[in-house]
Amino acid sequence: MVKDVAVIGAGMTIFRRRLKETGKEMCFEATKMALDSAGMTLKDVDTVVMGSAPDAFDGIHMKGENLLDGAGGYHKPYMRVFTGGGTGVFAPIAGWWHVASGMSDVCLVVCEEKMSSCYPHPQSAFAHIWDPIIDRPLKPNLMWIFAMEMNRYMHAHNVSKEDIALVAVKNKKNALDHPCAQLGANITVDDVLNSEVIAWPVNLLDVSPPSDGAAAMLLVSEDVVSNHTDNPVWIEGVGWSIDSTMWTNRDLSFPQYVAKAAKMAYKMARIDNPRRQIDVVEPYDPFDYKELHHLEGLLLCDKGEAPVLTREGVTQRDGDLPCCPSGGLLGVGNPIAATMAVKTCEIYWQLSGQAGKRQVPGDPRTGVCQAWGDLMQYGSVMVMRS
Amino acid sequence: MTENIKKFYGEELSRKQISDGKITIVEHSPKVKYAWSCGEAMSRFLNELKEGKLIGRKCNKCNRILFPPRMFCEQCFKATNEWVYIKDTGRIMTYSISYVDTHARRIKKPILVGVIAMDGASKNMGIMHYFDEVKSDKIKIDMRVKAVWKRKEEREGAITDIKYFKPLGE
Amino acid sequence: MTFLEKTTDVRKLRHWDGDMEAQYLYTTGIAGDIFFKGIMNGKIMGSKCEKCNRICVPPRIYCEVCFERLNEYVEVSKKGKIHTYTIAKIDIEDKRLKEPLIWAMIKLDGVDGGMVHKVSEIAPKEVKIGLKVEAKFKNKKERKGSILDIEYFKPVK
Repeated sequence: MVKDVAVIGAGMTIFRRRLKETGKEMCFEATKMALDSAGMTLKDVDTVVMGSAPDAFDGIHMKGENLLDGAGGYHKPYMRVFTGGGTGVFAPIAGWWHVASGMSDVCLVVCEEKMSSCYPHPQSAFAHIWDPIIDRPLKPNLMWIFAMEMNRYMHAHNVSKEDIALVAVKNKKNALDHPCAQLGANITVDDVLNSEVIAWPVNLLDVSPPSDGAAAMLLVSEDVVSNHTDNPVWIEGVGWSIDSTMWTNRDLSFPQYVAKAAKMAYKMARIDNPRRQIDVVEPYDPFDYKELHHLEGLLLCDKGEAPVLTREGVTQRDGDLPCCPSGGLLGVGNPIAATMAVKTCEIYWQLSGQAGKRQVPGDPRTGVCQAWGDLMQYGSVMVMRS
Repeated sequence: MTENIKKFYGEELSRKQISDGKITIVEHSPKVKYAWSCGEAMSRFLNELKEGKLIGRKCNKCNRILFPPRMFCEQCFKATNEWVYIKDTGRIMTYSISYVDTHARRIKKPILVGVIAMDGASKNMGIMHYFDEVKSDKIKIDMRVKAVWKRKEEREGAITDIKYFKPLGE
Repeated sequence: MTFLEKTTDVRKLRHWDGDMEAQYLYTTGIAGDIFFKGIMNGKIMGSKCEKCNRICVPPRIYCEVCFERLNEYVEVSKKGKIHTYTIAKIDIEDKRLKEPLIWAMIKLDGVDGGMVHKVSEIAPKEVKIGLKVEAKFKNKKERKGSILDIEYFKPVK
């Protein structure tokens, strides 16, 4: 007997290149905000799920254990989950199964990343995720595989850099309305095209920044939801999937793993026409082309159609299918796991009408968030309804 | 969220505050060394590279020739069956022109890097490698390329025994 | 595939050598900055939780028990008791030490918590749980805002 699970509160820190706070302190701030917003204390929490990406960023092995005091895990059933960049949606999925299973009535989900610890650049830590025998001797930069995926996507559908840049323009503009944003800005397509080339076809403004930050969410079961709120947002579908580690053996132009995860989540949420039934979407956007790639993976349009929707304004905050109304990773920042704040938490805030200046018009009822990780191979998807 | 919350926490630090010694920090560089066992498939693969050859593994169930080789087929989830030599020519599946090195340091002369689907292996069976002897504005997806090997006495059984791939010029 | 061969040294197999090179710069945090600046001035600082009626050392911005925000920082005693200890004969790289070192968890007087540190000015066989010790700071000029600004703990005379 699966219990219905509702989101009743969320919190986050500001996102910046470097915060003074330690990882634990960031976790506390996000968690405190989530608890306060739901009018709860730590005593009300039964279980805690921590989401955090590779230990190498914070530079603390077993950082889940390091963070637990600040994440409210003291003397509670506590576990860390980790699916690389996919963690921001996967951690709340893990929280969902804690509650849906009937194991706990209240589950706190906390995500954290302190990417400033590793210097001169977190890329040095990324180097260790490659295969040590066949990839690392070539001295790769992680940016290469995204550049190669973007190139393959552009090639498959004849997409221009201009069309892709429109995503960066939109998301950075949306982020101007986010109180925690690191890189909200009014920029133009030319600004993106003229920014420094990092690894062609990726320019500097095509990429989200590394950030420090934390986020938290409170999930409760149908049995206790009325004790806490009359404005819950329900988790109606979850899905996740992973593709082969042999990334050089895959056609990179379509994210199969996202499509599989989306189908799993849509089936659970009884969605048979995603484009019509979904009102607002937060696809994972660490790069501008990824928003397009993921919209296609989420089956919200045909392959190669996402750039057209973007050009026509459909994905603007006041468009027919608002995408990344938060400002996304491109505008708000990219503290890997803690991007839960701009994906999962944002859909909660949007569907409960709490998104303030970022609020999508028209009383959205159904929203989808998605994250992406590991070696371009992992997708996690959540469908929520108010 | 935003309407009810008066203060969002987080105190931004600048590089200057750190270099000026205004706040306390701790620095550390872990010194860890590893020796990764290559396993069956990679050991043979590296030994063959030293001989100037490329080798894959065939799965008799799906009939794919897997490259780089592995001892199991991840799709059929069974042991692969035989060793198959493949060619050192192939097709560019994708590429990038990189102005950053592995530590994200800026470099003047870009690195051309990409995925090459190898001839003689199944569809999309590629490896990552460098390209050279081609201008960055001439490189294209689907371009045919060939491996340029190090001299035999310089080869050590490493992926870098291939120096780079160059256009086949057909 | 064979997993029958026994080996304890991977370097005897076909292997690939490498490392995990990385550099880190850790911020000590809001509470940590107060703690380490205190140490630089020869003080040990804690943070006070009114609700639980305890002083936490090292200080933190929250009480992990009641999850209240802690805003009050106080100087605490530099004296305490050995809660438990070990006598180390090897160093971090597994090498034999010439002289054994005493490492102890020291509970400071009047607070909840304390720290792990070296104990000196006493022979290893004289160390006991419950022994009263106090922090020995480096000279002010040598202090850098690090836990090593406390040179060691020594028995209270």
